Amino acid sequence: MAHVVVNSECAAFTGGVTEFNIAADTVRRLVAELDARFPGLGEFVDRRMAVAIDGEIHQDAWLSPIGPDSEVFLIPRIGGG
Amino acid sequence: MSKRHVTTVVNGDQTEFLADPGMTLLDALRDELNLTGTKEGCGSGDCGACTVILDGRIVCSCLVLAPEAEGKRVETIEGLAHDGRLHALQQKFLEHAALQCGFCTPGFLMASKALLDANPDPTETEARYWLAGNLCRCTGYDKIIRAVLDAAAELRQARVA
Amino acid sequence: MSEVLDKPALKVVGTRPIRPDGADKVTGRAAYAADFAMPGQLVGKILRSPHAHARIVSIDTRKARALPGVKAVVIGKDFPDIASTFHEGGEAASNMRDLAMNVIARDKVLYEGHAVAAVAATSSARADEALALIEVTYEILPHVIDVEAAMRPDAPVLHDHMFTEGLEAKPTKASNIVKRNRIARGDLAEGFAAADVIVERRYTTKAVHQGYIEPHACVAAWGADGQCQIWCSSQGAFMVQTYTAQVLAMENSNIRVTPAEIGGGFGGKTTVYIEPVALVLSRQSGSPVKIVMTRDEVFRATGPTSGGVVEVKLGATRDGTITAAEVEMKFQAGAFPGSPVGAASMTALACYDIPNLQITGWDVVSNMSKIAAYRAPGAPIAAFGVESAVDELAKQLDIDPIDLRLKNGVRNGVKAAYGPTFANIGYLDTLAAVKDSAHYKTKLGPNQGRGVAAGFWFNIGGLSTAAIHVQEDGSVVVATGNPDIGGSRASMAMMAAETLGVPVEKVRPIVADTASIGFSMLTGGSRVTFATGMAVVTAAQTVVDNLKARAAKLWEVPVDQVAWQDGQAVCLDASKDVKPMPLATLAAQAGRTGGPISAESAINAQGAGPGFGVHLCDVEVDPETGHVTVLRYTAAQDVGKAIHPSYVEGQVQGGVAQGVGWALNEEYVFGPDGKMENSGFLDYRVPVASDLPMIDAILVETAPNPRHPYGAKGVGEVPIVPPLAAVANAVSQAIGVRMTHLPLSPPAIVAAIEAGRG
Repeated sequence: MAHVVVNSECAAFTGGVTEFNIAADTVRRLVAELDARFPGLGEFVDRRMAVAIDGEIHQDAWLSPIGPDSEVFLIPRIGGG
Repeated sequence: MSKRHVTTVVNGDQTEFLADPGMTLLDALRDELNLTGTKEGCGSGDCGACTVILDGRIVCSCLVLAPEAEGKRVETIEGLAHDGRLHALQQKFLEHAALQCGFCTPGFLMASKALLDANPDPTETEARYWLAGNLCRCTGYDKIIRAVLDAAAELRQARVA
Repeated sequence: MSEVLDKPALKVVGTRPIRPDGADKVTGRAAYAADFAMPGQLVGKILRSPHAHARIVSIDTRKARALPGVKAVVIGKDFPDIASTFHEGGEAASNMRDLAMNVIARDKVLYEGHAVAAVAATSSARADEALALIEVTYEILPHVIDVEAAMRPDAPVLHDHMFTEGLEAKPTKASNIVKRNRIARGDLAEGFAAADVIVERRYTTKAVHQGYIEPHACVAAWGADGQCQIWCSSQGAFMVQTYTAQVLAMENSNIRVTPAEIGGGFGGKTTVYIEPVALVLSRQSGSPVKIVMTRDEVFRATGPTSGGVVEVKLGATRDGTITAAEVEMKFQAGAFPGSPVGAASMTALACYDIPNLQITGWDVVSNMSKIAAYRAPGAPIAAFGVESAVDELAKQLDIDPIDLRLKNGVRNGVKAAYGPTFANIGYLDTLAAVKDSAHYKTKLGPNQGRGVAAGFWFNIGGLSTAAIHVQEDGSVVVATGNPDIGGSRASMAMMAAETLGVPVEKVRPIVADTASIGFSMLTGGSRVTFATGMAVVTAAQTVVDNLKARAAKLWEVPVDQVAWQDGQAVCLDASKDVKPMPLATLAAQAGRTGGPISAESAINAQGAGPGFGVHLCDVEVDPETGHVTVLRYTAAQDVGKAIHPSYVEGQVQGGVAQGVGWALNEEYVFGPDGKMENSGFLDYRVPVASDLPMIDAILVETAPNPRHPYGAKGVGEVPIVPPLAAVANAVSQAIGVRMTHLPLSPPAIVAAIEAGRG
């Protein structure tokens, strides 16, 4: 089970809970799982968040693999200048 | 008001064009003569992107009225290289990576040429103050100054040789 | 990917060839957007609001339309109503309705300079006359600009339907507070309780502009069949295409955008202002329309970045261990939501391994130009506060400021303040590089001070396409979709040359338009050398595989008996008596061995490595005038691998210069009427050559990014993050008074000195 931590913006959908264990082997499955548990969160994450998998930041990355023991952080998408 | 007929020498060539009395030399160069190498960054003489040499002096061409060029010699970036060979300043700017976006570069090159014509052996401080009228937002000026001082050294050597 | 790093010594990557587009740039031949002209083109100009906040009661354009030479007049009603949706076009998603309303006002103007109408005429003079004939009736409303003033419950409200997000209880009254974000971990109270020393201070910064020397410019042509062309200065042709299509409710494929050379962007050209307007004018007039912004317009109606308030509280034990940190920030977003306070929150404590922390960020709208991205958006402001506080902490603890950062600095395996665990970072090496520098050992004189500061930026990867075409003579074209702001064409050519094993002079890099190359995210976010570089290398690798396969067929050996070395196919089968085949030979025979040799790589590059910078600044302050001279400046940065060291140094030096300007002189000055008072380079004072010394850039390459074929990390944004605090810490030491409000202009310094005396 991947250990997933979400930020304060996502917490609005989860009633304040920010850490979960989720069975998902790709980002797309993770998003689907989150949306199943907290309706609306999936779309929000898809649109506004980047995913850090074991320290590496992935953006627009439905197919990025998530390992069975991965540490996953959802952080806001990063725009540079 | 009717347009004024202006006769001038641009980069060594006898040139003429029609100018509205209020037209700047910058607009005349870019729009009437299609010499777009000289750039407009501010239109108020504060950035130096429009620097050209007028009768041997650097000026902001956005602050010169086109009719003022009548009977004068204008040198722009298009005339800096000769016979297909880059001027030492142009070559050194490339070698030192003294440009990033390149927009301020024509103005800097013309101002630098005027510097080295007036003072072939400037110190770093003299070069910085001479070029203080040319803004660059990309480079932090370090490599520009190095390029100018290196070109100065090369030109001095060429004169000796 | 790491196998590439183990390969034999690099021949091209890491050297300093002359950039391939250089000759055009030093001879005035390079074409920037304002240099374009199309036959029959008209001059487009924009009428802008003279008020900071007002309702548009009526607009009468009849007189303007009647003027001879005027071919089109447009107002907000000529643009479609756009729904409030988020759409990607830049790097993060933007609200398309906000973008559309910023391009041209509908029923309200929200800042002085907000576009209200536009004309296209046969000459510049005519266009000016036409603008003067447009009659706009405004109902002036009270305005607010300062961020804390805009947060007050009695402040004039810009948007009736703005209810603050991110609070525990959803508010019932509209306000200017867009949202609040929070990052927290550990136990703040416990952390501060454990501290022996606490530093608590409030810092403020003013809005500053990206300051690119080239004003926005475009030429737009609406085709009779609805197919349009735009030439413009931008950081991304695909971004211009998408945003223009969204604002005008058109299909992307009906807009072909050709990127002109760009005269600076720094994030400020990652959006559209004039392109949709020029296109609508072109449609109405039936001719191409050219719009070039004046410098005044650039200041009033584009960029800038936020001004803000940063409150920092740090707690540490006597031995220098930081036990707790609390940061609260309020940033101006300008007229529409979207300040970079979120990114600022994530970066604020990113350099520190602190167990107990809380960072709160407020995004607040006010009546000034909509904020645009500016190099590491938000991070410099946060770093100004945090790095100043760390400096004060170091002094109170009597610990060297670099040692304090070494003690608390992040390293591989440490959880970042914003969440994920760090890997492949070189922050501690970067601190050590500064500590070991000759600069750090230089003695200071009277009225002189030294400041140290660190900075962090994520860097991004993203979508990039690269195409490589081998020409029949063996020379190579590399096409990408990323405008070249700082010399990236050179590094694309170098990476292709290295992979192909050919001299860099044989590689011609070009920047292609939206119809000629696959999609590419814009140039920004320090992503091009990383992501587009990866695409280039991948495409080059495909070309190499293709060449090996052809050689194998010609030699009649299995392909695993063919190696590619130094630009040649080499047969590993000793029994075959064949000579190596260079690229040129295979290229000449391409037609007969299968067809043209081309490869394209379209990727979504992940795993961009973050960067760290550590800066050292020495200043001398004239106590009578408050004038600050920057004596010495050293900037070390964790770059992974410098593909072209000169251009990496250039990014560092340029970022430093902008940061120095931000610290010492630059600011938006607003009058009581809400109008910008210093909208020109005379009074908006950016650094000039005589303001700066040589800037020593130290490139730390001890932690390459294993995701990139040559180990490169993004470098362009980190350098602007540390200078604000580096300069402020130096000035504070020089005058013996802690400076907490930027810019540190001479009157402010003189006042601080007098206050310190009294």
